[in-house]
Amino acid sequence: MLLKVDHVTRYAYDQPVRGVVQSHRLTPAVCEGQRVLSWTVTVSDGQMGGGFRDGAGDWVQAWTVLGPVSDITVRVEGVVETADTAGVLRGHRETIPPAVYLRDTPATEADVALAQLCAGVDVATDALAAAHELSRRISEAIAYRPGVTHAHTTAAEALALGEGVCQDHAHAMIGAARHLGLPARYVSGYLHASADGVPHEAAHAWAEVFLPALGWVGFDPSNRCCPNDGYVRLGSGLDARDAAPIRGIARGPGQERLDVTVAVQMQQ
Amino acid sequence: MTACFNEMFEGGSVRPPYARLQDWMAAMPAELRQMKQAEAESLFRRIGITFAVYGEGGDPDRLIPFDMFPRVFSAGEWARLERGIKQRARALNAFLVDVYGRGEILRAGRIPSRLVYQNEAYEQAVAGFVPPRGVYSHIVGIDLVRTGPEDFFVLEDNCRTPSGVSYMLENREIMMRMFPDLFRENRIEPVDSYPEKLRRTLASVAPAKCDREPTVVILTPGHFNSAYYEHSFLADLMGVELVEGQDLFVEGEFVFMRTTEGPKRVDVIYRRIDDAFIDPLCFRPDSMLGVPGLMDVYRSGGVSICSAPGAGVADDKAVYTFVPEMIRFYLGEEPILQNVPTWQCGKAEDLKYVLSHLPELVVKEVHGSGGYGMLVGPKSTVDQVETFRAKILANPSNYIAQPTLALSTTPTFVAEGVAPRHVDLRPYCLVGERIELVPGGLTRVALTEGSLVVNSSQGGGVKDTWVLAE
Repeated sequence: MLLKVDHVTRYAYDQPVRGVVQSHRLTPAVCEGQRVLSWTVTVSDGQMGGGFRDGAGDWVQAWTVLGPVSDITVRVEGVVETADTAGVLRGHRETIPPAVYLRDTPATEADVALAQLCAGVDVATDALAAAHELSRRISEAIAYRPGVTHAHTTAAEALALGEGVCQDHAHAMIGAARHLGLPARYVSGYLHASADGVPHEAAHAWAEVFLPALGWVGFDPSNRCCPNDGYVRLGSGLDARDAAPIRGIARGPGQERLDVTVAVQMQQ
Repeated sequence: MTACFNEMFEGGSVRPPYARLQDWMAAMPAELRQMKQAEAESLFRRIGITFAVYGEGGDPDRLIPFDMFPRVFSAGEWARLERGIKQRARALNAFLVDVYGRGEILRAGRIPSRLVYQNEAYEQAVAGFVPPRGVYSHIVGIDLVRTGPEDFFVLEDNCRTPSGVSYMLENREIMMRMFPDLFRENRIEPVDSYPEKLRRTLASVAPAKCDREPTVVILTPGHFNSAYYEHSFLADLMGVELVEGQDLFVEGEFVFMRTTEGPKRVDVIYRRIDDAFIDPLCFRPDSMLGVPGLMDVYRSGGVSICSAPGAGVADDKAVYTFVPEMIRFYLGEEPILQNVPTWQCGKAEDLKYVLSHLPELVVKEVHGSGGYGMLVGPKSTVDQVETFRAKILANPSNYIAQPTLALSTTPTFVAEGVAPRHVDLRPYCLVGERIELVPGGLTRVALTEGSLVVNSSQGGGVKDTWVLAE
């Protein structure tokens, strides 16, 4: 599938700030099922900083904006050719050993309820089936509902609420998998909203679980599936904060207002 | 406890390194000694060196007692120590490069991988990165104790930002001013090249993008920090700028410092702040101390950070147990310096042993420092031991235990004259283009009779440490 991505993030400050520093994980890596045909990231008034491929295989690009400035626009445009690999990540170059992704973070840590949700799931016999089962249980336990959770909601909190968005589903999936001894990580990316009547967020997130026989495999409890050719993978981390496509800090007292639009369209 | 090794007197005779100090000691009547001690104290006050050693906290204006009786090593003793220390510094750095790379030592099953990858000090943000010259820990402070003529044990490794080196330099300076004759009678290796060696070490790990004479700075948390004196002292001696986070900023691919002549690019940052406070963009979003964007510049080769972020995973108390294994694995050598046998209370077998031998052991908190929250079994009452037993049982994995070592003593000036007191040693090994060790270090002394706790917060003092030339 050819997917065209238009992703615009606009930061508006109520008073000019002295400068902005950002760290982007906004460039899809090459792997099986994902080929970048064109890709540009621009930052209004921005100066491109250093860039490097991190241990997880993601391209990290730094930007700085010299102030005073009262609004900044980050624009991502590109076309990616995708293919369905049934969620299996292959041909992705990375150096971090999977065992690192057993590290818990406050956002993903399993509480008693999340541990109970894993009860009876047998990783030893069939890890793939176990991961599917976890994904299914999580999508049932946390109903998709935007607006009830926020950026800092933890997996445990979302589970207690019984509602959340893709970030919460991914955090819960990661916490559950790690609880069962499977390395797991957070993946941020884009999703092509197909006309199947199910609400999608074009800016999306899901989980990857490391299975001994297959390596990293994506699971998307929000859509009760594994990532397919409708998904573009941007980058990964221990949790949402760690995998954030854009991290930034503004110097100055100005209050920030954020406006994000993402469109992912199929191209002929 | 068994008799411990006295570094000056052995079987009624004076050991050779201390030979010339015998007369000096004898020729020091009480009045002269008191006068000299007062002089030393006023010198220390004048230079303002009153900070706590090793970030132990406590009263920042309190002077750490200085004992005028030097601690002496012969050239031969030092040569072996030096080999052992350098060996250890090499292995620790090899370990760091490995665990942020392929993790061979973990794959080989020589160290449990969860001990490393799930360690709080492991920074996955630098996984896959090799710092310039493959050095993570540029200043390795190795804490040593001695139990016999040939027996040295490593108590702990400090791979992040070991402090106290300003004491090594100041103690020497003051001894030379007060007792110039001693320095004529004894051939003592100088330590004053340390700041220049440190500067050269830092400059030698300039980043890939640096194409000129590197600009080095020291990054301090500020004057509220207990080691601020040392930060400014070293900056002065090295002739480099002392900066705080707010003095640095990232623009484009580089880090700059604000100066009166405008922004100046910085190539190497000797940071005396913890990883968590380096870059709020990467680590702690709530940190006011760091430099936003610094880690991206670092990882893209625009600046070097010393010690490298993530170095702390090598000096964790649980990882410490495996340093001899690192030496064998990476260097194919046998360790020259011994580890103290350590029991991990988190392990059922070890816990059983520890609980049944508490009165003989020293028990420490895994992340504790400064001599607080520890049990010295042989020096404790039955009640104290039982109270500690309850603490261990409540959270076993928070404790490690070691045998109580019969720490060596050196003569020390006390109210009654001269008496043996227990000592330890922290030398400072520099790792850059070369591995260097200034002949000396910081000797800490437990001033209370019989005490084994040398921490300044617990009544410890410091001494000048001599290494004699051949």
